[in-house]
Amino acid sequence: MTHFRKSIATVLLSLVAGAALADATLLNASYDVARDVYKDYNPMFQKHWKANAGESVELKQSHGGSTKQVRAVADGLEADVVTMNQANDIEFLAEKGLVAKDWAKKFPNNASPYTSAMVFIVRKGNPKALKDWADLAAPGVQVIMPHPKNTGNGRNTYLSAWAWALKQPGGSDKTAQEFVGKLLKNAPLFAAGGRDATTTFMQRGMGDALITFESEAEMIAKEFGKGNFEVVYPSLTMQTEFPVAVVEKVVDKKGTRKQATAYLEYLWSKEGQENAAQNYLRPRDAELLKKYAAFFPPVKTFTVDEVFGGANKAFATHFKDGGTFDQIYVAK
Amino acid sequence: MSAKSQRVLPGFGLALGYTLVYLSLLILLPLGGMILKASELGFGQILDIALGERSLAAFRVTFVSSLLAASINAFFGLIVAWILVRYSFPGKRFVDALVDLPFALPTAVAGITLATLYAGNGWLGQYLEPLGVKVAYTPLGIIVALTFITLPFVVRTLQPVIEDIETEVEEAAASLGASRWQTFVKAIFPAIGPALLTGFALAFARALGEFGSVIFIAGNLPLISEIVPLLIISKLEQYDVLGATALAVVMLAISFVLLLVINALQWWAANRHKNSEPLEVAAGKTKAGAA
Repeated sequence: MTHFRKSIATVLLSLVAGAALADATLLNASYDVARDVYKDYNPMFQKHWKANAGESVELKQSHGGSTKQVRAVADGLEADVVTMNQANDIEFLAEKGLVAKDWAKKFPNNASPYTSAMVFIVRKGNPKALKDWADLAAPGVQVIMPHPKNTGNGRNTYLSAWAWALKQPGGSDKTAQEFVGKLLKNAPLFAAGGRDATTTFMQRGMGDALITFESEAEMIAKEFGKGNFEVVYPSLTMQTEFPVAVVEKVVDKKGTRKQATAYLEYLWSKEGQENAAQNYLRPRDAELLKKYAAFFPPVKTFTVDEVFGGANKAFATHFKDGGTFDQIYVAK
Repeated sequence: MSAKSQRVLPGFGLALGYTLVYLSLLILLPLGGMILKASELGFGQILDIALGERSLAAFRVTFVSSLLAASINAFFGLIVAWILVRYSFPGKRFVDALVDLPFALPTAVAGITLATLYAGNGWLGQYLEPLGVKVAYTPLGIIVALTFITLPFVVRTLQPVIEDIETEVEEAAASLGASRWQTFVKAIFPAIGPALLTGFALAFARALGEFGSVIFIAGNLPLISEIVPLLIISKLEQYDVLGATALAVVMLAISFVLLLVINALQWWAANRHKNSEPLEVAAGKTKAGAA
């Protein structure tokens, strides 16, 4: 069955790609909104690789919902590297034996070359004076977010609010669950995805606050004009990571380990980091972070590993069937 | 004479073989695979998944809104089909082409467009919300999306059938002293009833599985506006393929039973019609001929 799937995937890919003339061809399976990042990054790497290794390398991109992409790779999509926006998606590939078990240690910074943070987008002038998570849970405030159970963006929002409540004086899992319950009551809908939430908030004028990635705020500014909204940084929020990994099984089979590893390593180079910054993703490079300080004001963040003991554990506790999200809605 | 020699065109055996292979490959194989996968779970476990509070609510939302959407289309679709067949007016071809648009439009586009229209600041929503009618992000929005998506089914199934009813039937009924209502109920409806049911069943079945348009307008709140396909996606997000398959199988079973009932109804209606047709139509024809 998997052979069958693999051959179908290969046939489709070769149809799309046509004949490959380069010394090596890499396929990067990536999440949806990473298009811009890698559109700029790929030519940089090609130049770099030509200059240093003397090889021309052809780079292909496949974009889709993070979980869907990972499932495709598990089903036989021959991606050399995966660049995702959720650690638990790469964990899934590690469980399937496609990615090294210690993938997070194969590259610096938890294998995440850049980060973002969850922020609030509010109406111009912040008419409801929304400053922190507590304000979003107040009566009469409407909050727009994607579905916490079905989207990475929604899950980050949920966990950010949870962590904030946990860190308040007297905070416990119980108070955090109560707080998140109050916050979710203020959501008149759960959007289908991150971009759908943005459209609902900006174009349809629904809600007082939109919770999304800091990087998304710049996209909104481009699309809807800078003067139409304000970005609010809460007192504590999640540092979202964008983990990358080499797909061991595929690179061994194709003999592209060297190129694939170099492709991901180069994300940490000055050029790679600057490209991330220009796409409004916080670079790991401290100097560049300073250079682009106008984009990235200081914000107190936590990581999922620190507060929730890893992405997989957080997912199991909160978003699996019967987890805290379900408990908030279903009394049983 | 044997049955074989009565056929003008040969090739029954080949065509039947082709039909069976084609249907098996396209329908039975994937469905069988799905059921096989679900059978990894026990019957009790499947029921547990399907009878959870959230799943039950989603089944209710999905079936009730699909039924309502199909009913709305059965009524208004009949009117549209009638108008398109029986009357000629400027722009008729254009209107006729419009009917197919919901088939051609990507469903996500339909959902986003409808949500924009019916949102509080949308073209329609701005007038509806002051009246207290909220459409976007409520269960009502789901019905609107499903009605849009399934419109062509009823219209397109009815059109050829209505074309087949000659206007003489109406004239005959009228000249026999039937009132307008009687003409419709006794002469027209028996002829189009089975097709109407078919259209209804197709619309209903299509609505049950619809995902792309609904999620953009439903609001997706647990227990209120989540549809079963969304729960299936939600299970896939958890890498819970088995749970997703369980929901799908239950959905399939219920849909299959409902479609079977509708088909039985249709068969019954067609047979009843067959028995009564010769009398009425013959009477009509004679009368019309005499007149």
